[in-house]
Amino acid sequence: MVLAFSGRHPLSLLLLWIALALAASARGELAIEITQGVDAPVPVAVVPFAWQGRGRPPEDLGKIIRFDLARSGQFAMTAPEDMLSLPSRPEELYVRDWRVQGIAYVLLGSVRPTESGLEARYALFDVFAERLLFEETLEARAGQLRALAHRISDRAYEQLTGIPGAFSTRLLYVVAQNIATEAETFRLEMADADGANAQTLLKSREPILSASWSPDGQTVVYVSFETGKPAIYLQEIATGRREKLTDFEGLNGSPVFSPDGMELALVLSAGGNPDIFVLNLETRKLRQLTRHFAIDTEPSWTADGEAVIFTSNRGGGPQIYKMNVRSRAIERLTFVGDYNARARVLADGRYLIFVHRQDGIFHIATQDLERGTVQILTETSLDESPSVAPNGSMAIYATRSNGRGILAVVSIDGRVKYRLPSTEGDVREPAWSPFL
Amino acid sequence: MNRMSLRTLLLSLLAALVLAGCQSTGDAEVAPEPEVQEATAEAAPAAPPMVTPAPRPVTNEEGFPLDASGRPIGYVFYFEFDRTELKPRARALLAEHAEYLKENGSVRITIQGHADERGTREYNLALGERRASAVRDYLQSMGVASSQLRIVSYGEERPVDPRSTESAWSKNRRVELAY
Repeated sequence: MVLAFSGRHPLSLLLLWIALALAASARGELAIEITQGVDAPVPVAVVPFAWQGRGRPPEDLGKIIRFDLARSGQFAMTAPEDMLSLPSRPEELYVRDWRVQGIAYVLLGSVRPTESGLEARYALFDVFAERLLFEETLEARAGQLRALAHRISDRAYEQLTGIPGAFSTRLLYVVAQNIATEAETFRLEMADADGANAQTLLKSREPILSASWSPDGQTVVYVSFETGKPAIYLQEIATGRREKLTDFEGLNGSPVFSPDGMELALVLSAGGNPDIFVLNLETRKLRQLTRHFAIDTEPSWTADGEAVIFTSNRGGGPQIYKMNVRSRAIERLTFVGDYNARARVLADGRYLIFVHRQDGIFHIATQDLERGTVQILTETSLDESPSVAPNGSMAIYATRSNGRGILAVVSIDGRVKYRLPSTEGDVREPAWSPFL
Repeated sequence: MNRMSLRTLLLSLLAALVLAGCQSTGDAEVAPEPEVQEATAEAAPAAPPMVTPAPRPVTNEEGFPLDASGRPIGYVFYFEFDRTELKPRARALLAEHAEYLKENGSVRITIQGHADERGTREYNLALGERRASAVRDYLQSMGVASSQLRIVSYGEERPVDPRSTESAWSKNRRVELAY
């Protein structure tokens, strides 16, 4: 595997080591390659967690947390072999061991088996202030060690940045194999945010796309061509129970839950033309939002549920529009460039993230809706399907690398980048879960 | 790469032989429990190209090749990026299909619209549908019964050439008639 370190400030060699170690261990899953971090990452040490049970310890929590924090691009992580001591309790920590290496924060802890599973006790220490920031315990069911580690990462990240961590979230994506051959297959997959624990939700010989999450993270909706034409399905993750929601003549596409989970915005072309509709999931009644001879597609909701934004080529090429669902008033949002599509509004309501073409190349870009300024976030090409993490810090998107579809992540400010190359197939159509 | 070019070759052979596209039947399975990768999903080596003597092409008075049943041989129509207009050559060939379909009123076809990979997937589905509709509308304007015509758009999901090159893109922006 080649690690591409690009960007202004390559992170320490440690990141490379972590990436290599994880890439090697994650066969058949998405690995992670960090390509760019912030200019002055904060030096953080995550000490290997002490195991207080019998026998061999399970996977090291410290290693999983270290990789979580490294992936945020905001921290320079210390390798365990460079640590002068390996404390597992705050009382064992000698400040000078860390200060001498310029380390700003130390996260340490231990895990022990309990009757019901595992218990972690952990603490975060501010080296320069010589102050304990928190000391806590957290329990998990047996076999949930990785989930336990991600919860600790969430806590540390929030303490250090003021933003809730999104390490305990999941990803949906589609893996296509043997494209353009008779053996073509499509799989809808779900994995942890770090690419681990991948599982298949649906497997088909026909295309699957446009998967998205319900606000409670319990249900997914997607488009499947399994009957030879596109139809929208809803599937409960835990049970696998599935329901076909729409199967009209023509397109049945782009299903997206409203923020309250009661409705689905979607695209139908049964009227001869792709338009945006809203399906009430209780009454099963459809109402038509747009009615225009142009292509109207790719709806998504504003955080308050008051408006739907969508792609339309009513002005010639594809641009982003916004419609108030009550007044039906329409406003065009994008004016920079001749191809802007598949937009999502960030939770703060101020920024739009979408696919933007510049000089013939498709990038992920944001637009400040107050000032109108557009910022291109990615240097890759053929980028599409941006999906924002629930804490608003990062977006995952699909791109191509060496002739294959891969997923990549960029921070909303464009400063941090990493990629999740898969060992097999074309990976596309990512959707980041809500907080779970 | 070898497989890819072999595939392209096979495809053009196929096109020349006018094998009606055998639609794979829809079979999807829900897998609440993850299934281990099937061996069949691994790339099977491409079968050696079979050398079947091509049926001698017949042409009608306009010079369009026809197969033994009199059906026009060309069944793929290409488009420009983000465009849905039929090219003059496509119109001429479609007129031949219209004649055939009018003479064979029980024949039904599926008009499959496609897009290249550039741009977003759902927009490309809409674009593929527009292209398929353009073909359908043209056939109808030539007198083909609407009951003979069904359209489906695959957008960018079903490329004939999965590479990211201009030539691949130009082959993927297409409408195919499936008899």
